[in-house]
Amino acid sequence: MLAKRIIPCLDIKDGRTVKGVNFVDLRDAGDPVELAEIYSQEGADELVFLDISATEQKRKTLADLVYHVAEKVSIPFTVGGGISSVEDVDILLQNGADKVSINSSAVKNPQLINDLVAKFGSQCIVVAIDAKMIEGEWIVHLVGGKVPTERKLFEWAKEVEQRGAGEILFTSMDHDGTKDGFANTALAQLSTELNIPIIASGGAGTMRHFIDTFKEGKADAALAASVFHFKEINIKDLKEELNNQGIPVRI
Amino acid sequence: MKIVIINYGAGNIQSIRFAIRRLGYDAVLSSDVDEIRNAEKVIFPGVGEASSAMKKLRESQLDQLIPNLTQPVLGICLGMQLMCNRSEEGNTNGLGIFDVDVKRFVPQSPKGTIKIPQIGWNKIEHLESDLFKGLQEDYVYLVHSFYAPLCKETIAQCTYGSDYSAALQKDNFYGTQFHPEKSGDYGANILRNFLAL
Repeated sequence: MLAKRIIPCLDIKDGRTVKGVNFVDLRDAGDPVELAEIYSQEGADELVFLDISATEQKRKTLADLVYHVAEKVSIPFTVGGGISSVEDVDILLQNGADKVSINSSAVKNPQLINDLVAKFGSQCIVVAIDAKMIEGEWIVHLVGGKVPTERKLFEWAKEVEQRGAGEILFTSMDHDGTKDGFANTALAQLSTELNIPIIASGGAGTMRHFIDTFKEGKADAALAASVFHFKEINIKDLKEELNNQGIPVRI
Repeated sequence: MKIVIINYGAGNIQSIRFAIRRLGYDAVLSSDVDEIRNAEKVIFPGVGEASSAMKKLRESQLDQLIPNLTQPVLGICLGMQLMCNRSEEGNTNGLGIFDVDVKRFVPQSPKGTIKIPQIGWNKIEHLESDLFKGLQEDYVYLVHSFYAPLCKETIAQCTYGSDYSAALQKDNFYGTQFHPEKSGDYGANILRNFLAL
């Protein structure tokens, strides 16, 4: 049986994990490769690296990082953040990334999804969608939830699927950072209306939240950052708890 | 040991190369017929779409070479699928090493019962080959929309909607639908077993 996935997300700036990661046993708290190895050993099923740097050297720094992660880590990983062309994706995949995630560039130019899928296959194209509830309607947002678009979540998600994306990473901007649980109603609707895997993101605070997003939210995977970085939840313990709750996980 | 990863422009070969390096060996990427023929172990990777991958194999005449290799050959993911008779993906004729036709996962009702592609970790069971020597049933990483049904060459199976072939073997030819190079320590052990054949 296919296992539900637990995915730690690492924010990267100029090739380093951004401040806020609190791992006392790290020799170098800013080294994403070392952090990735630790998560892999703890039982993470996948990793996501989200690049938030905005320098001119960004492309090269990120490609180097991908190369070094692929060299050391034997679980799959996705890279996202500012990817906007077929060439960007080609470089990242050549360096060893398993998947890439695109967000704003897909909203601005939906044809990019088709182009990437045609060249690299659905399996490595993740479309990230950030959305916020406005007057009872889930509205897609850009720039980390700051800029609303005219697109509605469910319509956009279906379009993304039709254009061939392999997975959707859905972040509720209303839940992100609250530690109050995932947006399970919207997640369940996505999972029922679409036929590609859905990754839940935004709101993880306790183990209960993960149980709920798999059971009620019908998510295929759950992504979180701070609860793992600050060691509030240990991945090994989390997976044992999920297993006790009858949720299939890789232990 | 001379290990060659067949390089025909299909997919992420860097991670296979790194996985072999973590086991203490170096692998060469090559599309050269003589170099492949003279290798002790051959890895046949593949990510992407079947008909365009087959086209690339034909252009470099690797479609003639691969079925005639005599050393251990390991096809991974699309590599394994191309070693089968046919694939529903692009109605592609394969290399005909494994006597089975590759099919597409079919959505089941209610919608979302099985997602396509299958992405993630699934357990492989009924292990029957030296490829799994000393190993128990465990989780491996898979990403695919097409699969080989169970057949006489099945050496490991997996369940997604129904049971299918997670790995195949015929003589010196091995194929895994999963990615051993991405399946943690367990996958590394499978690769180690392959290199020890």
